[in-house]
Amino acid sequence: MLEVVWLIPLLPLAGFAVLLVGGRRLGDPLAGWLATSAVAGSFVTSVLVFASLWHRHAGHRAFTKELFTWVPAGGLQVKVGFLADPLSMTMALFVTGVGALIHLYSIGYMRGDGRYPTFFVYMNLFAFSMLMLVLSDSFLLTFLGWEGVGACSYFLISFWFDRDTAASAGKKAFVTNRVGDIGFMLAMFLMFATFGSLQYSSVLGHAGTLSHTTATAIALLLFLGAVGKSAQLPLYVWLPDAMEGPTPVSALIHAATMVTAGVYLMARVNPILALAPGALTLIAVVGAVTALFAATVACAQDDIKRVLAYSTISQLGYMFLAVGSGAYVAAIFHMVTHAFFKALLFLGAGSVIHGLHDEQDMKRMGGLRRFMPLTASTFIVGWLAIAGFPGFSGFWSKDDILLNAWSKSHALWAVGAVTAALTAYYMSRQVFLVFYGPERWKTAEETEAAHAAEPHDAPWTMAVPLVTLAVLSVTGGVVNLPFHRLNFLERWMEPVFADRLRKVDVATGTKAVLLVAVLVAFVAGVLVAGAVYLARRVRERSMEPAVLRQAWGIDALYAGVIETPGLALSSWLAYVLDTKVIDGAVNGVGSTVRTAGARLRRVQTGYVRNYALGIGLGVVAVLAFMATRGAP
Amino acid sequence: MVLPVAAAVVIAVVPRSRPEIVRALALLAAVLEVALSGVLLHRFRTGIAGFQLVSQHPWIKDFGISWKVGVDGISLFLVVLTAVLFAVAMAASTVEHDLKAFMCWMLVLEAGCVGVFLSLDLFLFFIFWEVVLVPMYFLIGGWGYERRVYAALKFFLYTMLGSALMLVGILALVFLEARGGRPITFDLVSLANNQHLAGATAKWLFLAFSASFAVKVPLFPLHTWLPDAHTEAPTAGSVILAGVLLKLGTYGFLRFGLYLFPKAAVDLAPVLLTLGVIGIVYGALVAAVQRDLKRLVAYSSVAHLGFIVLGTFALTTQGLQGGLLQMINHGISTGALFLLVGMIYERRHTRQISELRGLQRSAPVLAGVFMVVMLSSIGLPGLNGFVGEFLVLLGTFVTRRWWAVVAVTGVIFAAVYLLWAYQRVFHGTPDEANASVPDMTWRERAVMLPLVVLIVFLGVYPKPVLDRMAPSVNALLTHIERHTSYQQPDVAAGR
Repeated sequence: MLEVVWLIPLLPLAGFAVLLVGGRRLGDPLAGWLATSAVAGSFVTSVLVFASLWHRHAGHRAFTKELFTWVPAGGLQVKVGFLADPLSMTMALFVTGVGALIHLYSIGYMRGDGRYPTFFVYMNLFAFSMLMLVLSDSFLLTFLGWEGVGACSYFLISFWFDRDTAASAGKKAFVTNRVGDIGFMLAMFLMFATFGSLQYSSVLGHAGTLSHTTATAIALLLFLGAVGKSAQLPLYVWLPDAMEGPTPVSALIHAATMVTAGVYLMARVNPILALAPGALTLIAVVGAVTALFAATVACAQDDIKRVLAYSTISQLGYMFLAVGSGAYVAAIFHMVTHAFFKALLFLGAGSVIHGLHDEQDMKRMGGLRRFMPLTASTFIVGWLAIAGFPGFSGFWSKDDILLNAWSKSHALWAVGAVTAALTAYYMSRQVFLVFYGPERWKTAEETEAAHAAEPHDAPWTMAVPLVTLAVLSVTGGVVNLPFHRLNFLERWMEPVFADRLRKVDVATGTKAVLLVAVLVAFVAGVLVAGAVYLARRVRERSMEPAVLRQAWGIDALYAGVIETPGLALSSWLAYVLDTKVIDGAVNGVGSTVRTAGARLRRVQTGYVRNYALGIGLGVVAVLAFMATRGAP
Repeated sequence: MVLPVAAAVVIAVVPRSRPEIVRALALLAAVLEVALSGVLLHRFRTGIAGFQLVSQHPWIKDFGISWKVGVDGISLFLVVLTAVLFAVAMAASTVEHDLKAFMCWMLVLEAGCVGVFLSLDLFLFFIFWEVVLVPMYFLIGGWGYERRVYAALKFFLYTMLGSALMLVGILALVFLEARGGRPITFDLVSLANNQHLAGATAKWLFLAFSASFAVKVPLFPLHTWLPDAHTEAPTAGSVILAGVLLKLGTYGFLRFGLYLFPKAAVDLAPVLLTLGVIGIVYGALVAAVQRDLKRLVAYSSVAHLGFIVLGTFALTTQGLQGGLLQMINHGISTGALFLLVGMIYERRHTRQISELRGLQRSAPVLAGVFMVVMLSSIGLPGLNGFVGEFLVLLGTFVTRRWWAVVAVTGVIFAAVYLLWAYQRVFHGTPDEANASVPDMTWRERAVMLPLVVLIVFLGVYPKPVLDRMAPSVNALLTHIERHTSYQQPDVAAGR
């Protein structure tokens, strides 16, 4: 069954093509069903390929299928080829699985939108690009998917382009990603200059021959790409704004799949990272700092989706912390569990927004658990999973990361543990504000919700994904339990990482202490949030200082340091240097010539005697010249 | 090549009162030319490096001048591009007056452009080079917008100045090579294989040729004719100007600069690379703040052509192939952008970005096509622009690392100015004037369809094009390596 691996990205591409041509005729909801079945078909194919791979011996768990040559130019020969190995198939499984669920959810969520078919055109194109990204067998083809998901993200963020904020957010996402992408491109150039190839097999297979400097340079350049795509410091700024897109988009692209591409890339190039310990440390530090930074900001946001956006940035930070600690499997593990619970939380938030007629301000929500029992219960499951409630999926994967961080550096562990406390705090805050407490939406006069019918729960197309994801959020941890023979994911991934995984050698006693510390952090976070937002012991605003509400002023800083001077420079170039100086010089030459021409015109007097004089002088001159040269 | 001239003559005798016949005949000629280029493509033998389908007739025997035309992997696709773009531009143009003269000039222009790409004799080449100027001058001056006369004159004077230097260069080269009893010849291949010039002389002659090419490309700081000419020209004129005429300059560098003066080209490459990189960054920054949509597209050409020059003087297989491919890509994408801007102008009678808004609501198909073309121009993988741009940057990186590092920032700037323009024109809520804009007509869709198909096809499967270019490009590199001490890196050659 391995042969059919190319079908996995092809099905959404076919869906895209059909919808592009005939989407309008299919209409609402047929277009949505077609798109969903395309991705579901990919999921089934992924399962089949996965199963065939599973039955192979560990040493043979890599299969390449080449279709045709894409770019042939001298020493560069890039084919359209697919690589099925434990890493790519794990990615493909959760991308298509979660993707299909979110497509299904969108059928209900987007109902009634004027551009319903267009939405699914973009969604299928996204699924195709994302699958190209993870399944390709070369850096260049991965880059095709990499930029493709960026473009789809741009389309979908500015899907409601009537709103200026949505249009700006889409542009910002694309441009910021491009900053990272030049890192990816330069890394490819460097790899080609070194290896003469961009195939994973030839580059990673010969990584051992790299010098320390080159390995570090490649690692850092690729990491720049990952920082852009996975919204880490300092390029995270696009992700909070990306919440302008429809909520299923936030769930699929900006939580579960696309933003994890950077982590995937880092895991893929682990043989290069192994040669660049300095780069690994930097990755761990950036990840840890981003995790903490974003968690602090999430504590003070009022928009239900922006909280989740900062939370995503923070959780991605955890994954990079894992990568930097050499714990690739822990990173992938957290990527998978995060895909479950964060998609669940976003879809739940979408259900709330839907139920309250497009209200997103949490300060105008409250008490919704009585009106939306299904949404509330699944959301609460998601909350417990992300906050690290023992036994839930997030508990296992976060614990795995923190343990690895501890064996890399105790300081990194401490940052991670504080972040865990903050995570429990801001998620509890969100749950309490939205589902508990007084029903503020009834009193908020200017909102539509106050006048409309009571909030209602979601239709079944939205309920099925919620329930499925809730189940996965609870049980997802079983794919990699930290016990002998139950660490399935780690053993499955063994061929990809070989001996480059960090060996955690922490004594059992220490492990227990660390575990207790993290549990204390969790309980403390929940309790403090309860004291502030349920029991109201402290005034809310005092817990939400302006510096956090404005995300430490980084957006304003960028605007002041990059946008304004950049615009000024461009204007100066265009309207002073180009028009006044360069073109001025050209026009100056032009008018000089014209003046000279006007003077010369006086020579043409029209009097024969003047011309005769001229000819005569000329003859004399020519004769004189010939005489001096002694010719002819 | 003769076909457009013949057609122009035929049209010239058709009475002015029958515009529909004129249009039909002109279109027929353009389509026949496309068919001819198709025949050319079909008869072209992949894998041969030298010139094919050569036709040679002695012309002025005493000076070794002959009518010698032929095609190789470098010129092949430029000829095809010319034929396609002229057909599209003529089908798209809505001429308000003197249709007959307009179509005649277009056909003469087409003949000139094809002639430049096919000439294998320097004298013949120069004649076609000059032939191109006249119809373009009249097209801008006769059918352009408000400041057309200024723009046309500026274009003419700029290029004339360059041509004058090139003429001197051609004559000097021919007569210097004919010293010592060698027969006098204008034949390109013989001249290239002679290489008897002294180093300094070759450098000066290379500069004389380069002056002419640099104006056409245009290279910074000789670019200021371009925004004026592009903006004031009628839509069809802008399409041809950007799509074909600028390529005459980059083609000149490849065909004559590198081929005739390999030593000088290698020595002076850093200068031209630097000018290319300046063009990339400068063009993009200046484009970003343009208030006129057409001027913005015009400045984007400065940036894109910078990439082509960069690839050309990187002197690697990838750089040269990428640059050549990018000539085709830029012709398609920027040609398409000018057509789209023309369509917007016909609807709103303004090109001021500030007066446009929310057009995606009123004209979704137009917006969709604009988006595809724009993404191709930005260099999104999967569309044509990426392959060329990537090869250029890769090819530059392996020999001239730091130039590539600066040039790669152009990838960000391109996204900035185009997405920002798109946002202001197509996003937002349209006001009254913009809300009633009609979407693309079927004729407009038919005009855009071949370009969009090419954009996708060349992005997904550029192999047929690259394979046909490869032997000629490699032969050119071998020629350079034979006459200089330069060797391209082994990884680039695949050795």
